[in-house]
Amino acid sequence: MTAAVAARRPVWSRPYLLVGILAAWIALWIAFRGQATLPLDGAELTPLHARIGEAADVVDNNRDSNPIFLYFFNYVRLFIDEFVTFVQALISRPSFGRPVPVVGWLGVVGLAAAVALLYGNLRVALLTVAGFVSFGLLGLWEESMDTLALTLAAVLLSLAAGIPLGIWAGLNDRFDRLVTPVLDFMQTMPTFVYLAPLTLVFLIGPASATVATMIYAIPPAIRITSHAIRQVPKETVEAGASLGSTPWQLLAKVRLPLAKRTIVVGVNQTIMAALSMVTIAALIDAPGLGKTVLKALETLDVGTSFNAGLAIVIMAIVLDRVTSAAGRRVEDARRAGRAHRPLRRRIQVGAVLAVAAVLVYLSHVYVWAAEFPGEADVGSFVRKGADAASQWAQTNLFATTNGLKNLITYGLLNPFEAVLTDSPWWLVLAVVTATALVVAGVRVAAVCAVCVALLVALGLWQDSMVTLAATLVATVLVMALGIVIGVWIGRDDRADRVIRPVLDAGQTMPAFVYLVPILGLFGATRFTAIIAAVVYAAPVAIKLVADGIRGVSTAAVEAATAAGSSTWQIISRVQVPMARGAVTLAAGQGLCYVLAMVVVGGLVGAGALGYDVVSGFSQLQLRGKGLAAGLAIVVLGTMLAAITKALQRRGVRKSPVTGV
Amino acid sequence: MTATSPAELPKALTEAEESVTLDVRGLWKVFGPRADRVAGTPLAELSRAELRERTGCVAAVRDVSFAVRRGEVFVVMGLSGSGKSTLVRCLTRLVEPTAGEVLLDGVDIRKAGDKQLRELRRHRFAMVFQHFGLLPHRRVLDNIAYGLEIQGQKKDSRYARAGEMLDLVGLTGYGESYPDQLSGGMQQRVGLARALAVDPEVLFFDEPFSALDPLIRRDMQNEVIRLHHEVGKTMIFITHDLSEALKLGDRILVMRDGEIVQIGTPDEVVGAPADDYVREFVRDVSRSQVLTLRWIMRPPGDGDALDGPELGPDVVIKDAVRTVLHADRPVRVVADGELLGVVSSAEILEVIAD
Repeated sequence: MTAAVAARRPVWSRPYLLVGILAAWIALWIAFRGQATLPLDGAELTPLHARIGEAADVVDNNRDSNPIFLYFFNYVRLFIDEFVTFVQALISRPSFGRPVPVVGWLGVVGLAAAVALLYGNLRVALLTVAGFVSFGLLGLWEESMDTLALTLAAVLLSLAAGIPLGIWAGLNDRFDRLVTPVLDFMQTMPTFVYLAPLTLVFLIGPASATVATMIYAIPPAIRITSHAIRQVPKETVEAGASLGSTPWQLLAKVRLPLAKRTIVVGVNQTIMAALSMVTIAALIDAPGLGKTVLKALETLDVGTSFNAGLAIVIMAIVLDRVTSAAGRRVEDARRAGRAHRPLRRRIQVGAVLAVAAVLVYLSHVYVWAAEFPGEADVGSFVRKGADAASQWAQTNLFATTNGLKNLITYGLLNPFEAVLTDSPWWLVLAVVTATALVVAGVRVAAVCAVCVALLVALGLWQDSMVTLAATLVATVLVMALGIVIGVWIGRDDRADRVIRPVLDAGQTMPAFVYLVPILGLFGATRFTAIIAAVVYAAPVAIKLVADGIRGVSTAAVEAATAAGSSTWQIISRVQVPMARGAVTLAAGQGLCYVLAMVVVGGLVGAGALGYDVVSGFSQLQLRGKGLAAGLAIVVLGTMLAAITKALQRRGVRKSPVTGV
Repeated sequence: MTATSPAELPKALTEAEESVTLDVRGLWKVFGPRADRVAGTPLAELSRAELRERTGCVAAVRDVSFAVRRGEVFVVMGLSGSGKSTLVRCLTRLVEPTAGEVLLDGVDIRKAGDKQLRELRRHRFAMVFQHFGLLPHRRVLDNIAYGLEIQGQKKDSRYARAGEMLDLVGLTGYGESYPDQLSGGMQQRVGLARALAVDPEVLFFDEPFSALDPLIRRDMQNEVIRLHHEVGKTMIFITHDLSEALKLGDRILVMRDGEIVQIGTPDEVVGAPADDYVREFVRDVSRSQVLTLRWIMRPPGDGDALDGPELGPDVVIKDAVRTVLHADRPVRVVADGELLGVVSSAEILEVIAD
């Protein structure tokens, strides 16, 4: 009895400690506000930034003499450049002395439809045709094909590396343990961050864009393949082994066929991740739709960015639907026994390929089938419509949007930001370390202290605090949405059926696209970045919470109901506490997503670290500062991830299953 | 001779030594860090819990030795966690044993290299699994032919063999189906046919019927008995179900915490439990169904008339009830013309009332 009480005390006193820390912080903030806040002007550089810039210059100057570059990086760059250029020559760029690509629009539409038909079904094939034709109608055929070419190249390279590595990780525990933290890091790092270092190594051009895309797209390929291999029932593998299969036979005849469906899911995720990143790679001059959006964002041209954003969304939908249909087809084939009518299938495949070949030939030979007819221009209508809608919204919805903006800006964002940016840096260091110590333990506290010290050292203290404030505010909003909507759809099947597809769609969209309509509604402010981050991160959080609520054992809910609990009591005393693990996980994931998007928000007025990174791309003299800002983002991300991971571990330990 | 110990060892056991197929000697399986330091050292004397506390290792199989005769159905019985599934996997090296010998016809399979082990698995033994372990993307016929396929047999010959096996397990006409179109019992028949297709000497069954409904389980048990009569394979059968063990087993090995508690024929296990654990286990077994007259006969007394009906010592009690109760004098238990003892209504009623 006494032991139990003693064990409980720290849990009970933790909230008091946190309140104490907060009170001390505010008291000291009032006493010391404005001191040691380490401000740094936009164009100002610290010696460190200058040194990083010089180091970057050294790399630039020695690119063709240093053996590592000469014999490794430059070959990698050359290979990827050639590969991407080749794919571009096929579908998007005039090539081989021709004024047009090898395959014109009609051929591309035909090929895409054939692939959709053969791997998916008629419905997605029609969707593919409609989607691809709409690229032309929007006046963005070439840009779309650039994006597609870059995406395809990155996906092929990612899968070529990711699937074998995934199989290895699935078979070998040691390799899996080795690769998992690396993948974690690759996925939690905001995409924005590694663009600049990559250009240093691979120059601006297709190679950097492709490698950046691969960094983002390989983790799902490896992870899901590994998971697919691991989920093959142990007994089935044993059955194969017990009959004397060789390791290769086990892989080819047992593991891979049983893992195929899940691996196709991995292919889908890889494609979606690649598309998302290819658009962001516009920041390092990757051609395609992303560049159109980026240029328009920079000039706050809502119409143009909406038009291009629409094309990206359409491409995302088409790619997602086709690969999802392919995954279902694998499953259907398994259930129905596809081998039953091989002849008929062969005739179908032959016919489809023949038609596609004819279309490709036509588009290769005739100009009308090669260049998308320019008369059919829907794009200008879309641009004008979006501009008008944005104007209308900004004037007529001003009361609402501005009210929301002011509420969150003055009620949440400004106080947060004021406390963080006006506190002396040593106070923030103390508060962060103490908080981490209370909620997560000594090791995490040490990590956090080092991270805060690094932020100071990187010379971007205030910008880091502004970004941190925006991230925390957006995360609070994400979790509010996540818990409310998550509990709702976790409890209500009908709501789940309606809302879940919306969330799924939201998750497949490239991050970039979210900025556009929100920019249209709210203009270029910090607030726009925060809302974009909320919109981007909320689906993940909502789904995780909903799944957690659904995962609560029916027996526990029934027992509570039988005891006469009200609905509110069931939610607050049974379901949410039992789903605590899922809620913490949602907070952790939400934080990751929010940080990534808040940084991208630097493009639309959020300023701070994201802006530093962007200006590092565009102005050579700020390159060192941009690189330092990238590092600061990584440090922030590491710190936040360390705390949320520790909370998750605690959540697991305290979960009702193992006993409080 | 008392009623609680067997009158003499069953004959088969004594004359069996040459016909041993599978001989397991001092087998250990220890999971955990540096597992090989346990067997043959003072650590081996520790109990499971102590060992775990001391070394972090779990001994799933502890010093297990037994011999299985050709054509025998040898049942390993124990509750979950007793190590029986690990034991059977050690015998085929699906799980690598930590120490000991597994002799198949005198050759230690632990010494086989990868290639030899594959040959052994391809031709000498086969296994049937609890959850069937079928390949869902293959037709039933292709599942059955899997073992032949990986040996490199031609399509025609392996399909011919698979077709025969399909008929043997009573699934004629289902060759084109896919496993998930079949019921659990039918799926396990496919698993059985797959194992039989390679014509192994020894068949291992890892709780093959635990995942099935009781009625289907009974069908499948009868199926195994039938197949055993028809193909006469040596079978090693893992189960947690006592009645299944009693029904199928020529001999039963009772396991607890990785150790052997008792090895014996069904009537030995029921009639002379080795310890309280086994006694508790067999308490609810209807003894008249399992025990033979050997277990209840008594030496003829002075007043006994020795001209009653005659029965053998291995007649199960329930089959003798009618004869004994109808006779007005004790039934004589006779083997090879020698009078072993007598049984009268009193002994029979005592067992039945139990």
